[in-house]
Amino acid sequence: MNKKLITNIFFYLLVVAIALVVLFPFLWMLASSFKTQVDIISWPPKFIFSPTLQNYQKVFGEQDFLKYFLNSTIVGSLAVGLSLVLGLPAAYSISRYAQKKLAVFILLARLMPGICFLMPWYIIFSRLNLMDSYVALVLSHMLIALPIVVWIMSTYFNSIPREMEESAMVDGATRQYAFWAIILPLSGPGIITATTLSFIFSWNNFMFSQVLSMEKTKTLPIAVYNFVSYAEVDWGGVMAAAVAIMAPAIILTMIFQKYVVKGLTMGAVKG
Amino acid sequence: MIQSSFAERNLRILFPLPAIIFVALLMIFPVLYTLFLSFTNWNLTSGMPLSFNGINSYLRVLTEPRFLHAVGRTFAFTFFAVVIESFLGVAIALILNRAFVGKSIAKLLFLLPLVATPVAVGIVFNLFYDPTIGLANFVLKSLGLPQGLWISSAGSVIPSLILVDVWQWTPMITLIVLAGLAGLSEEPVEAARVDGASEWQILRYVTLPMVMPVILTAVILRLIDALKTFDIIFAMTGGGPGYASETLNIMGFKYSFEYFRMGQSSVILVALFLIVFLCSLGIMKLRASSEI
Repeated sequence: MNKKLITNIFFYLLVVAIALVVLFPFLWMLASSFKTQVDIISWPPKFIFSPTLQNYQKVFGEQDFLKYFLNSTIVGSLAVGLSLVLGLPAAYSISRYAQKKLAVFILLARLMPGICFLMPWYIIFSRLNLMDSYVALVLSHMLIALPIVVWIMSTYFNSIPREMEESAMVDGATRQYAFWAIILPLSGPGIITATTLSFIFSWNNFMFSQVLSMEKTKTLPIAVYNFVSYAEVDWGGVMAAAVAIMAPAIILTMIFQKYVVKGLTMGAVKG
Repeated sequence: MIQSSFAERNLRILFPLPAIIFVALLMIFPVLYTLFLSFTNWNLTSGMPLSFNGINSYLRVLTEPRFLHAVGRTFAFTFFAVVIESFLGVAIALILNRAFVGKSIAKLLFLLPLVATPVAVGIVFNLFYDPTIGLANFVLKSLGLPQGLWISSAGSVIPSLILVDVWQWTPMITLIVLAGLAGLSEEPVEAARVDGASEWQILRYVTLPMVMPVILTAVILRLIDALKTFDIIFAMTGGGPGYASETLNIMGFKYSFEYFRMGQSSVILVALFLIVFLCSLGIMKLRASSEI
């Protein structure tokens, strides 16, 4: 009995320690974003301080943050939406006709290094006058979203019994109608998983946007990175910017926690 | 007899066709174009037209010490990051693999690093690592240890970057292994317990072998991503100091978008592509053979 209690206490101490390590960078970022410059550069580091909102006022006031926020949202939404349009039928076909080779083909886009496509894109999009355009950015982000959609949805369709559409087809419906009217309405949870995950990965993408976007279509990660380059010592502003960019992804994750876990672990665990 | 339409008979091709065309245009064509450029000496800043120079770009890049160091660094970074993440990730999953109060909160916490914007994560760790005001040196000092230069010194920059990668991606392995553990059947464990096996023996000879396929897949997925690590390195050091943290991905980026030496950068990209491609083939083979 006593031994069990000690084991339990030890276990919870361990869990709390692990949780603190995971959480600490977030807490420090949040705390620093409410510190004045004097408090941030003071040594030893201050754990207790009087909070200020000036960093957020600066970031949202002087910087065009709202525009970059909007750009990230537009690019992410369009890339995910179009990937669903292309990816849902593809995933259905992979699932129902057991097209393993096709699945691998599309999955390659997830595995291969993005820079191997980015350099030629840069040349091609320059020639087509598509640099700093939403078209180029959305296309590039679709290559992030599409493999996620196909991977998650083909696994999801596998879990829907074939009898669902086959009984409708016996009654004379075409397969494409059955897909539209019977399978898709059953696919809500899978679509939520695929949408959330691919949106977050588009939101966080840095390399594609860094090269393909300029002032007009600049997304948040680029804005935050540029903010560091020219405001090197303004740590408070930089931390406020970091909070602003992470907040939407974290809020989405909290809302759709169950779906995000499922999507992230699906890569290794079937089901 | 019902005559099925053209669309219905060819659905297996028609449904995925738009996605296939998209991937072919946006991925296959660019990769082939890169391969083509690697046999040229094209330089965007020189204003000279593109001309073939055979394998000269290969000879030039592949013998350059900067390239060879970048290859070594890429492998070293990947190896140490993935080994540490695997052991930590599996260990934490085994610890958390029981019912306890707050388990769902713990799992939510583990998700957060995975969805945190890497560039922003890099910037936050830059503040930690700052030699004069950073928390990292404060901790060392409080423990009575000598203070470090972290990402500002060539000797410590790679381990410092690995630490960031470990923080961000260990939870990925933990979550995958936890999901794998949850899917295991209880019977073999119960049977071993009835037979008088110790907890350690059960873990070593029953649980771990059963969950091993999941662990392996998680590790290889992680490996492929670690080879391509870009955001945190670019945001934290830009490959510096000097070239001390320049991996293949960073070097390819600089050759492409800072020096605009497209011919040479293509050689770097072909090398990176081949490395990742061979690793990916490995994972496919493994998945196929172990029926995960």
